[in-house]
Amino acid sequence: MAYLDFKGAGITALAAAVPRTVIDNYRYTGHFPAADVQEIVNKIGVYERRFADDATTSSDLCLAAAEKLLADNRVDREEIDLLIFISQTPDYRMPATSVLLQHRLGLPPSTLAFDINLGCSAFLYGMVVAYSLMLASGLRKGLVLDGETRSKVYSPRDRTTAFLFGDAGAAALVERDAKFGASHFSLHSDGSRGDLIRIDAGGYRRPSSAETVRERVVDEYGNIRSEEQGYMHGADVFTFVNREVPRDIRALLARTGRDLDRLDYIVLHQANSFINGHVARKLGLDPEKVPSTIGKYGNTSSVSLPLTIVSELAGRMEGRRELLLGAFGVGMTWGSAIVPFVDCRISAMVEV
Amino acid sequence: MKQKFIERFKESLQLEDRDIHMDDEFREYEEWDSLAYLSLIAMLDEDYDMRLEEADFQELRTVGQVYDAATGT
Repeated sequence: MAYLDFKGAGITALAAAVPRTVIDNYRYTGHFPAADVQEIVNKIGVYERRFADDATTSSDLCLAAAEKLLADNRVDREEIDLLIFISQTPDYRMPATSVLLQHRLGLPPSTLAFDINLGCSAFLYGMVVAYSLMLASGLRKGLVLDGETRSKVYSPRDRTTAFLFGDAGAAALVERDAKFGASHFSLHSDGSRGDLIRIDAGGYRRPSSAETVRERVVDEYGNIRSEEQGYMHGADVFTFVNREVPRDIRALLARTGRDLDRLDYIVLHQANSFINGHVARKLGLDPEKVPSTIGKYGNTSSVSLPLTIVSELAGRMEGRRELLLGAFGVGMTWGSAIVPFVDCRISAMVEV
Repeated sequence: MKQKFIERFKESLQLEDRDIHMDDEFREYEEWDSLAYLSLIAMLDEDYDMRLEEADFQELRTVGQVYDAATGT
């Protein structure tokens, strides 16, 4: 059982950045009839999302968020001893994007930097790794940067994914401080479901070739994509999430003796409003306590947890707040956490 | 119980104005598509605690077969 408990580490500041280009999903009708688009958009509840332009990467969005966070909190860059970059849309296949960010942020070469390659659940993994390192060593301050440009991953001519995803980057400052008390995490992986969400080609199992970039019709609905674009078996993802996520959250609540009513906010990975609404109903969540950015930013993969906190909980995090976080996705991987925030400083949203 | 199932089946596929029968092959309904399928599996999960993977669901052809699978009959 990957249950982890920490004492005395936490996120002291958060910032997030989104591209300025807004996609109005009802008008995203270049490849499908307007009536079909309307039906899909109503179902998934993604009305707008942000698309990065060709020149802008996940790391650029993270850089903007991190610069805002460092400036707003007057952080001395010399004190950043740890930089973790979370993404499945890195700048290069090598070197690791975190190392490039160390330089671009003007952090000293004494900074420990590495990437975490996980999808929608990854922010929880980033927190666990950062908390572990902060508590096990003399590191002074840690930065967890989480960025995705999923708009570049999926085919606009595949209706199963064309309307869901948006781009964003976030930055979290992690510090040791006794004021935080205990954090609790539960993390899982099930690689037997690795084929539910995948990009088939472009890695070393199936390297890029003229064949892998060829777009083709992939199903009886006429959806079109190449092997270098992502696919998702949405129905089976939905079934998987419905089975595992409520169970994991209930188990974490039981293990920690927490009551849903006593938690301040429940922040779930923003998959789409169909899945999220269903999970929330199963758990009996109070909608007032469940902030959502699905409508305006869509599914930004692992960024959705910090993005939703920055966007929706700014001004609502004074003093001590205990949050339940839940995330799930490609892998499959999933997890949940009960995490205290104490006077977390949240920067205004940055547009790039 | 069957009546309740049929009502919920119709609601999830937005077939309210239509008579449906246990031996209907639901994939023949013009309203049947991938979004209708999502609504149906959400209903089956919520009302019947039933979570079938798509490969297993493909085996079910008629409304009655879904009912039997959902109610364990």
